[in-house]
Amino acid sequence: MRTEELINALVSDEPSTRKRFGLVMGFAVALGAIVAGSLFFLAIGFRPDIDQALKSVPFLFKFVVTLSLAVAAIGLCSRLARPGAPAREWGYALAAPAILLALAVVAELMMTPSSSWEPSLVGSNSRFCLTFIPLLAVGPLACLLLALRQGAPTHPGLAGAVAGLAASGIAATFYAANCTDDAPLFVATWYPLAIAMVVAAGYGIGSISLKW
Amino acid sequence: MRGAIAGDSAAYQSFLVAVAPYLRATARRQFMRLSWAGGDPEDIVQEVLLAIHLKRHTWDQQRAIGPWIAAITRNKAIDMLRRRGRQTEIPIEDVIEQLPAEPASGAEEARDVDRMLATLNPRQRDIIRSVSVNGASIREVADRLEMSEGAVRVALHRALKALAARYRSDAR
Repeated sequence: MRTEELINALVSDEPSTRKRFGLVMGFAVALGAIVAGSLFFLAIGFRPDIDQALKSVPFLFKFVVTLSLAVAAIGLCSRLARPGAPAREWGYALAAPAILLALAVVAELMMTPSSSWEPSLVGSNSRFCLTFIPLLAVGPLACLLLALRQGAPTHPGLAGAVAGLAASGIAATFYAANCTDDAPLFVATWYPLAIAMVVAAGYGIGSISLKW
Repeated sequence: MRGAIAGDSAAYQSFLVAVAPYLRATARRQFMRLSWAGGDPEDIVQEVLLAIHLKRHTWDQQRAIGPWIAAITRNKAIDMLRRRGRQTEIPIEDVIEQLPAEPASGAEEARDVDRMLATLNPRQRDIIRSVSVNGASIREVADRLEMSEGAVRVALHRALKALAARYRSDAR
């Protein structure tokens, strides 16, 4: 077939609906958050002392970390789905939650006696954390991967992994409202472990299903 | 391209016709850089045109279109090299004189697309062939196949998506 003939076929194929990729991503994030939120309120809900916790700095700081992770990962994700779009700034933005958390750990180590480090790190909810963050992330991850299929990620595995990060950010934001372990040492140990599982799943699914 | 996304098919046609020589030059450069002479650049041109068509909504209209096209082209060229494997490695000096001169735009034939078309179901193949090679309008195809225009449009769109999927599964 000659190229001009192929062009005839492409021009004849007019879109019935004009979709805008930004809207698709926005819809996926909203739907994912709703799914994760519903599961959160049905299954675990807020921690019992939520009124007190809202006045506690370490508790609120968890949301700074998880929300900045979610925002940076969603931003990077939507760049990775557009061929040739500059993604570097969003890649750097992804360092923000890690740096914030590292600073908080340093602050905790300086301000608390070393005898309290171990209980703070081990916490009381580590297994729960490792179960619930991935569980809450399933919905958002599915929504984001479906949205990315509408896009054109030139690195399918990477885009899937970043979708995993974004889904984890959403999931961890909800989970943090239930978890009674607020110590940065706990967050810096167990949250990343839970998130790594979601990222691995996103990478695996992405590298197969996001090719175009 | 903005006009094309807004639904102006004449603008879309001239955009695709204008972009094809650029793709051809890029594909040829990729082949040279990899000193790889086992394929026809036109195969890449057509695969990239199909990808541009099916993924045109991923172009952010606030940005220049060049990097978007370049990224798609690079991606598809890599796919193709993986698909074919680098079976033949010939020093560029040996083939440079045989490389064809820049021909008239759009006049080239590619073989991959026919191979992919052959694997579609007969109706999809028929519809693509009618609107491309025979230059029939959707209306004419609809009359001939006794389908509604809407059904032909849907079938054509599905057929193009299926065609892109064939390239992809061929790449594995």
